Amino acid sequence: MPSSEIVNQIGLSHYLVLSAVLFMMGFLGVLLRRNVLVMMMCIELMLNAVNLAFIAFSKFSGRIDGQIMVFFVMTIAAAEAAVGLAIIVSIFKRFREVNIRFFEHLKG
Amino acid sequence: MNHSLLMATLLLSPFVGFLINGFRYRKNGPNLSGWLATTAIAISFICSVLLVADLVGMPVENRRIAVSFFDWLTVDKLKIAAGFVVDPISAIMILVITGVGTLIHLFSIGYMHHDKGVAKYFAYLNLFVFNMLILVLGDSLLTMFVGWEGVGLCSYLLIGFWFTDKDKAAAGMKAFITNRIGDAAFLLGMFLLFMTFGTLNFHDLNQLAPTLPEASWLGAATLGTLLLFIGATGKSAQIPLYVWLPDAMAGPTPVSALIHAATMVTAGIYMIVRLNAMFMAAPNTMMVIAVIGAATALMAASIGMTQWDIKKVLAYSTVSQLGYMFLAAGVGAFGVAMFHLMTHAFFKALMFLGSGSVIHAMHEEQDIRKMGGLKKYMPITHITFFFGWLAIIGMPPFAGFFSKDEILWKAMSSPLGHPLLWVAGVLGAVMTAFYMTRLMALTFWGKSRVPKEVHPHESPALMTIPLIVLGILSIVGGWLGINHAISSILPGHPANVLEHWLGPVLLEPSLEGVHQSMTMEWALMGVSVGLAAISAFVAYHFYVRSPETPQKISEALGPVYRLVSKKYLVDELYAGTIINPLVAFSRNLWQHIDVQVIDKTTYLLADLMKGGGSVVRGLQTGNMQQYAMYIGLGLVAILSFVIMR
Repeated sequence: MPSSEIVNQIGLSHYLVLSAVLFMMGFLGVLLRRNVLVMMMCIELMLNAVNLAFIAFSKFSGRIDGQIMVFFVMTIAAAEAAVGLAIIVSIFKRFREVNIRFFEHLKG
Repeated sequence: MNHSLLMATLLLSPFVGFLINGFRYRKNGPNLSGWLATTAIAISFICSVLLVADLVGMPVENRRIAVSFFDWLTVDKLKIAAGFVVDPISAIMILVITGVGTLIHLFSIGYMHHDKGVAKYFAYLNLFVFNMLILVLGDSLLTMFVGWEGVGLCSYLLIGFWFTDKDKAAAGMKAFITNRIGDAAFLLGMFLLFMTFGTLNFHDLNQLAPTLPEASWLGAATLGTLLLFIGATGKSAQIPLYVWLPDAMAGPTPVSALIHAATMVTAGIYMIVRLNAMFMAAPNTMMVIAVIGAATALMAASIGMTQWDIKKVLAYSTVSQLGYMFLAAGVGAFGVAMFHLMTHAFFKALMFLGSGSVIHAMHEEQDIRKMGGLKKYMPITHITFFFGWLAIIGMPPFAGFFSKDEILWKAMSSPLGHPLLWVAGVLGAVMTAFYMTRLMALTFWGKSRVPKEVHPHESPALMTIPLIVLGILSIVGGWLGINHAISSILPGHPANVLEHWLGPVLLEPSLEGVHQSMTMEWALMGVSVGLAAISAFVAYHFYVRSPETPQKISEALGPVYRLVSKKYLVDELYAGTIINPLVAFSRNLWQHIDVQVIDKTTYLLADLMKGGGSVVRGLQTGNMQQYAMYIGLGLVAILSFVIMR
C-alpha cells in the first residue's frame, strides 16, 4: 500500500480526535501545573489544537475561511505571549520564582 | 457713547469688583479692596449719569433706553431676553443706588478698616450693587426676580457677616427665610400674571392691564398684584413680614445704611411703581396696600419710641417710612412714593452712617442710654445727623418735609385716599418726630452718660465726607418736588420737577372732578408740621430738660409700655403659632418617618445585598487555575446543552 494511500485514508475524524486530545492536554496543563511558564506553553498548545481543527475543516470542506482564521489565532497567540511573558518577567523579578500562587497578589 | 456699552459697563463694573475682591479675599488689604470696590461703584455712577443725561435729552413721550443683550429663555410662549431698560423710574433708582452706594462704600473704607474679612465684605457689597442694578433695570418680572433673589442673598451674607456670633448668624437666616415666604408669593403672582396675560415684560403688562378697574377680589389683576404685594411686604419689611428688618441690624452699619435703608428694602415700592397700570386696575389691592402701609407706619413708629439701641430705633424708623411709601403707592400717588423713596434714601443713609460714626467712636457701643452729650466730641457727625433729623421729622425746607407732606396730601385728596389714612399718617409723623428727637437728645445732647473708659472722638475724613455730602442732599433733595401750594408763593414758580419727570410713565388716578383746594393743602400742611414740631419739642423737653419724666410716664402706662417695648410680642406670636409647631412637626417626621421607616428600609435593602454577596463571595478566590476550571466547566455545560438539544 503506497504511502499516499495511507494519507488519503486519514479522514476528518482523525484530525478532530487529535485536535481534541491536544486541547485537553493543554487544558489540563493549565489547570494543574503551577509553573506559569509551563501554563503559557499549555495555552499555546490549546490554541494550536484549535488551529489544527480549523485547518482540517478547511481542507475537508474545500473552503479557505478556516485557514484565514488560523492566521488570526496565530497573531493573537503572539500578542498574548508577549503580554504574558512580560507579566511573568515582572513576577519573576519580584519573587525570584514564577509560581502561579504569586499571581493572587494581583487581586484587588 | 453707545447705550449697550454704557449699560454693560454700568452692570458689570460692580460684578468685576466682586470677582476681584472675591477671589483675592485673603490677599487684598483694607485699602486696596476698599478703593477697588468704591471705584467699581463710582464707574457705575458715572455710567448712570451719562445714561440719564441722554434720557433727559430725549422727547418727553419716548424717554426710554432699552438694551437687550441676548435671548435668555425661550420656552414656548415664554420669551425672556436679558433686556435692561432705563426710563424715568429706573433712572431715579440707578442714580440713588450708585450715588448713595459710592458714598457708603467710601464710608466703609474707614468703618471696616480694622476688620479681618474686609475684602470679603467689599466683595459682597459689590455683588449687592450688581444685583440691585439688575433688579431695577430688568425689563421683565423674571429679570427683576433674578436681582430680587440676588439682593436677598447678599443681604443674608452681610447681615451674618460676623457669623461667628450665633445671634448675628441667626439674624441673617431670619431675614433670608422671612424673605423666602414673600418670594414664594411673588413667584405665584408672576405665574398668575403670565397665565393671564402671556407675558412678563413690564411694558407689555402695563399695556395689557385691564382698563376698567376690577371690582372682584378674584380677578387676575387683583390676585396677581396682591401676591406680588405679599412679595413686596417681605422685601420691604411691611406687616406681616417686617420682623426681619430690625434684626438685620446685626450686620455692619454701612450695610444697614445701603441695603436695609436706602436701596434693597425699597425694591417692593419700586416693583409696584413699575407695574403701576396693573396695580391701578386692581383697586382692592390698592386699598390693601394703603391700609397695610399706614398700619406699618404707625406700628413701627410706636415701637421706635421705646427702643434703646441706636440702630434699632433707626430700623423701626425705616420700617415706618417704608410704610409711608406704601401708603403713597396705595393711594395711587406713585410719583410721590418714588419721591419719598429718594429723599428717604438720602436722610436715612445719612442717619445710619451717622450712627455708624457714633458706634465707631463709642467702641461698638449701641445703647443710647450710655451716650449723651456727644455733640462736643463729634461736631461733624452731630451737624449732619441734625440735618437728617430735621429732614425725617418733616421740617421745611428739608427733604423729608416735601415728600412726606405730599404723601399726606395725596392720602387725603386722591380719589383712592381717605381721611383716616391722613390721620394715621399724621399720627405716624408725630411719633416720628418724637422718637427721632429722643434719639438726637439721648445721643448728642444733654449730659454725657458715656462710661469713663470710653473716649469718643470724631471719625476720620473718609467717614465724615460721605456724611457731609448726604447732609447736603438731605436739604436739597426735596427741592425736586416742591408742591403746588408752596411753589405758588415762591418767586419764579419752581415747578414740581419730579412730577414732570415721572408723569409720562405713570398711570395715576385722575384728579379731575376732585376739588383741589389750595387753602386745604396749606391747612393740612400746617397741621402736620405744627404737630410734629410740638411733638419734637415735647421729646426735647422730656429727654434734655427733665430726664426723669419719661421714666414716670412709662411706669404710669405700665402694661401698655411693656407691650410696645417688647415689640407687641409679634416675634413671640410667630414663634408660638408658626415656627414652634413647624419645628415639632418636622421633629416628628424626622424621628418617626425618617428614622423608623425610610432609614430602616434602606438598611434592610443593604443587608439583603450584603447577605447575597457573602454567599457567592467564596467563588472569587484570586486563584487563576480555579477560574480556568470554571471556564472549562462552563464550556462543557454549554456544549452538552447544544449537543443534547
